[in-house]
Amino acid sequence: MLVNYLGSVILRVPHKNMLSFANPFVLKKQGVLGINQRNSDYIMRYNKRKLYPLVDDKLQTKQLAINADIAVPKLYSTIKFNHQLKNLESLLQEYNDLVIKPAHGSGGNGILVLTGKIGKLYKTPSGELISINTIRHYISNILSGMYSLGGIPDSAFLEYRIQFDPVFDDVSFKGVPDIRIIVFRGVPISAMVRLPTSESNGKANLHQGAIGVGVNLKSGKTTHGVVGNTITTHHPDTGHSIEHLQLPYWDKILQIATKCSDTVGLGYLGVDIVLDRTLGPLMLELNARPGLNVQLANQLGLLSNLKYLEQMDQIPTMVDQRVALAQSLNE
Amino acid sequence: MQNLAIRFWSILFISVGLAIIAHKVFQLGIPITPDTSTQTWTIQAQLAFKGNGRNIKATLSVPNITPGFAKIDEHFISGDFGLNANTKGDNKAATWAKRKAKGSQTLYYRTTVTRSSIERKWSTIPKYPEAPTFFEPYLTAVNKIIEDTRSQSADTETFTFELIDQLRNSDENENISLVRGLARTDAQVAELLTKLLAVAHIPTRELWAIKLEDSANNVQPQVFIQAYNGDEWLTFHPRTGAIGIPDDYVVWKIGRGPLFSLQGANDGELRFSITKSYINLLELAQFNTEKSNSLLGKLTLFSLPVNSQITYSLILMVPVGALIVVFMRTLIGIQTFGTFMPILIAIAFRETQLLWGIVLFTAIVFVGLLIRLYLERLRLLLIPRLTAILVIVVMLMLLISFQTSQLGLDRLLSISLFPMVILAMTIERMSITWEENGAQTALIQGLGSLLVACLGYLVMTNKNLEYLMFAFPEFLLVILGICIWMGRYTGYRVSELFRFRDFKSST
Repeated sequence: MLVNYLGSVILRVPHKNMLSFANPFVLKKQGVLGINQRNSDYIMRYNKRKLYPLVDDKLQTKQLAINADIAVPKLYSTIKFNHQLKNLESLLQEYNDLVIKPAHGSGGNGILVLTGKIGKLYKTPSGELISINTIRHYISNILSGMYSLGGIPDSAFLEYRIQFDPVFDDVSFKGVPDIRIIVFRGVPISAMVRLPTSESNGKANLHQGAIGVGVNLKSGKTTHGVVGNTITTHHPDTGHSIEHLQLPYWDKILQIATKCSDTVGLGYLGVDIVLDRTLGPLMLELNARPGLNVQLANQLGLLSNLKYLEQMDQIPTMVDQRVALAQSLNE
Repeated sequence: MQNLAIRFWSILFISVGLAIIAHKVFQLGIPITPDTSTQTWTIQAQLAFKGNGRNIKATLSVPNITPGFAKIDEHFISGDFGLNANTKGDNKAATWAKRKAKGSQTLYYRTTVTRSSIERKWSTIPKYPEAPTFFEPYLTAVNKIIEDTRSQSADTETFTFELIDQLRNSDENENISLVRGLARTDAQVAELLTKLLAVAHIPTRELWAIKLEDSANNVQPQVFIQAYNGDEWLTFHPRTGAIGIPDDYVVWKIGRGPLFSLQGANDGELRFSITKSYINLLELAQFNTEKSNSLLGKLTLFSLPVNSQITYSLILMVPVGALIVVFMRTLIGIQTFGTFMPILIAIAFRETQLLWGIVLFTAIVFVGLLIRLYLERLRLLLIPRLTAILVIVVMLMLLISFQTSQLGLDRLLSISLFPMVILAMTIERMSITWEENGAQTALIQGLGSLLVACLGYLVMTNKNLEYLMFAFPEFLLVILGICIWMGRYTGYRVSELFRFRDFKSST
């Protein structure tokens, strides 16, 4: 297991520009936002600390979204205490196609997907069969804080498993492709699609090897893709082109992102949206410290849009107006 | 607005810190490197005598007020004598006592002095002396000499100088020749001068001083004569009349000689020997600041007990290490486990030395991780699992210590001091990162932590830096200022320049 991990790290194909660096002045000119500046000029300035729990706790986020009429995957049940696990079997009887998540998980960690039941065993997407006791232990690990930041005791919740829209079928390897929208002052300023790969183990986390694909804000069509920090045009596992895919419901996606920003009150926000075959776009989670890879995926710095919106005295209040503003941004 | 406040505070902290440091360097003379040294002289007084079987009491004058010099330390070597040292007026004396001592006895007093510009004045203000009685034919001669001298002088200083000069030179004057016959040795000349000056109602006293010569044995004290001019004591050489104490003389005693007295013993002999050496300037600065009235000088860590000093010299290095972490994370963008884990690892390295530290650290973390991954399969809950790792870490350390002691590699035994909690925490952090963000992130952060820890170790164990932080804790203000400044650094990290290397402008 360890040897595999080490192997995969050491044997990564060296990049052709392995030791080259970008010129900081060129990056500045291209409006690339750095972590230091993101933290001090945007996150610290526009995101109130006390609002963080709203997005760090997925249960709270979900409740807020439901109140604001934003579509989310249906919440089946919440488990807060170990003794609730005694009734787990009866709980699972109702739903056997579901996702178990930690309320404070991050980066898609600690998520267990069950797709059905065969006899006394439960099926996972990879086809593995697991017992009820394995699931119990898994949930009790969640409760003990294994997946929460700092190991703080957590709660787990069971929710609807997304039936993915076929648009991504050719360009994802297992797992959950999702759409990340960066919203600043209530206006979407950048978007990308995150496609799981075999390297990312089915997770839509760019740090773990998922592909980030830039999305044109106006049209909702995909542009370039990056694996890690390297530009790519095809999915490494399926071999299909990842460029020029039209995302369905694009206007609706932008509207959800805009509404989320209003609901949670964070000025600089990452909104993760998934596309369900029948339910359309559903808000999965929010992030108060969204990463900067969206810039690589789009090959476009965030600063020009950030600065443009920063100097606007009045941001339109209507959701539709802001969506229109977003779609006019990179013209 | 905000940036202005940040600039204000950081410039304020940095400049106040640097100003205090400059004051300490230039005004108090605290050296900026630990090994600057200065000349010192160790003077040893050896008092030998023979006991005659009765109760013995031996008194030796020791230096108290030493113009131009400062005593850095002093020792009394008393053997089986009881010692009592006390200050009386401007003098200090050591009194040794013993019951019924017979045969040769030797007592020592040793002091180390160095040049110092700190002034301590003699406090004694004398009364005008009674005129001594001289008998004829001396009386006439003395009166004549005083009269002559007075007519050729203006004040106490010139009078005294003139008197000494006359005694030395005027061979033709029979009055002088007559009086001069009373005194042969320097001590006698001094005594004579005291008497003559008393006739002129000038208060005087003798002053005994030791000449500093390198590696000199059997040095004899030199007597000087001091005259009080109503304001201060003026010092004259009794033979030459030279004014002032020569700068290579250390004042030993004020008043009549000899420099020792004995009761119940005889054949007393006092010998002085001198050696020159060098001491650390720091000790000197420490001494100077104690003597001076500077508040900043008094707020020195050198006045703490030695064991607290050692602790503080380590504690003061922690912010320096933290500053390294700040630079490595904000400017370079190296990923580490938490903010301060690298500093903790660096402190742990202090116990083991760097190379062994890295080897042992890597080995224990590696084995710990393997075991941790297995514990993961056993599905243990978080807290018991952490504790289990801790126990395993202690066991690994025990094993290593045991093995290395059997192999005779004694220096590896210091692993036992290697803070195990830091190791256990590292293993836990690393395995959580491993699970949550994948092996790559875990290894990157692990290596990043190790790299920053090595850098931190190199910086934190730098003797000069350690000394600087300890001698000038004001550097904390400077570090604070830098941190505040760095807190508003919004430029790119070096790692971002690498990350965005493929960035192509789409405009």
